[in-house]
Amino acid sequence: MGSRRYDSRTTIFSPEGRLYQVEYALEAISHAGTSIGVLAKDGIVLAAERKVTSKLLEQDTSAEKLYTINNNMICAVAGLTSDASILVNYARVYAQDYLRLYNEDIPCEQLVRRLCDLKQGYTQHGGLRPFGVSFIYAGYDSRYEFQLYQSNPSGNYGGWKATSVGANNATAQTLLKQDYKEDCTLAEACELAIKVLSKTMDAPTLTSEKVEFATVGKDKEGNVYCHLLKPSEIDALLKKFGLAKKSEDDEEQQGTA
Amino acid sequence: MDVIIGLTTKDAVIVATSMAAVRGVSILKSDDDKTRVVAPHTLVAYTGEPGDTVQFAEYVQANIQLHGMRNETELSPPAITSFVRSELAKSLRSRKPYQVNILIAGYDTATEKPYLYWVDYLASSAQLPYAAHGYAAYYTLSLLDRWHKKDISLDEGMKIMEMCVTELRTRLPIDFKGVQIKIIDRDGVRTV
Repeated sequence: MGSRRYDSRTTIFSPEGRLYQVEYALEAISHAGTSIGVLAKDGIVLAAERKVTSKLLEQDTSAEKLYTINNNMICAVAGLTSDASILVNYARVYAQDYLRLYNEDIPCEQLVRRLCDLKQGYTQHGGLRPFGVSFIYAGYDSRYEFQLYQSNPSGNYGGWKATSVGANNATAQTLLKQDYKEDCTLAEACELAIKVLSKTMDAPTLTSEKVEFATVGKDKEGNVYCHLLKPSEIDALLKKFGLAKKSEDDEEQQGTA
Repeated sequence: MDVIIGLTTKDAVIVATSMAAVRGVSILKSDDDKTRVVAPHTLVAYTGEPGDTVQFAEYVQANIQLHGMRNETELSPPAITSFVRSELAKSLRSRKPYQVNILIAGYDTATEKPYLYWVDYLASSAQLPYAAHGYAAYYTLSLLDRWHKKDISLDEGMKIMEMCVTELRTRLPIDFKGVQIKIIDRDGVRTV
């Protein structure tokens, strides 16, 4: 009962100095599908677990966890997808406004900070609930090159070498801390991300229906690309690291079970 | 009849602005500075309607400095030009547009390149190797066409600028009280 009086409004501190609505939002995120980001010297990889899977779900048209927000930036979300799409749209508009005004892509941290200022507003101005999403952002700009950021509903953000949000994120974080190598390549980072994700997920095998995958890197000409992998590419990657389903027969059995 | 001229060299930009402040038929002062440093490596030189010029230059200066403080980064000369151009475009479509013509001289420390932009009150913008506004352009562009080359040294650039100023002293019917010359390079903005 003690906390009840301070539950209803986001703007009120509890006597222990806590903002319950913000903590509840964080709690909501810790039940969402895991998202992982790993920074390499030549790129960044984002991997995310999809919770809603169905044979009837159209794979190509419904990206759930990974979004492009600018030429030089993508993000992974964990939490309420509907809240996320509002913020993603806001970020896209802000990035385009910056491009229109300065004729240059927005530096990554500026975009992250702008989104976090918006999130912070909802922890202070009354009558509204905070956004129930954490983000992992992967981007490139000429000043700091490849960058990985994470933000949460309170409006705090930070730069990371490897990080995770969502369910089992403590486990994922421990695994990342154990296995992360400084100066790893993008290929090694992909392997790390996919292995950590497979260990934090309940299912023993991964499929393109259950995970989403994206990379930021530079092509041969030195141009920055952001690539959201297609289901076929994800399956190929899973096969490469021996985490895909064993054979077609197994799939049949699971389908009929 | 203000004079503003800019020219690029291999790794610097030279900007000359006349020092006379004129109202009607009188010269008010002879050490007027028609430039503002908007960022550590970017200078804005202006001519146009007195009042509008300083107001506009200081407005963009303040905004660019605010951007620098908020984001702890220096905007590049192309980004600053884009911003200035969009402010002029906005103003042009208002009830009373700023009547200001501008040269933006800068050095991009990231790409290590000098930049010179010509921007007029109609918000046209062009990146050029050398540029001038107003009557000064009529007398100096032919000289610059003849002598300016890509990747010239600072000394060569200064010589060409001196030729331009001599020509203006000879041909321009009014006294513009000489020019002040500023150089923008990797060390920032300095007066010579």
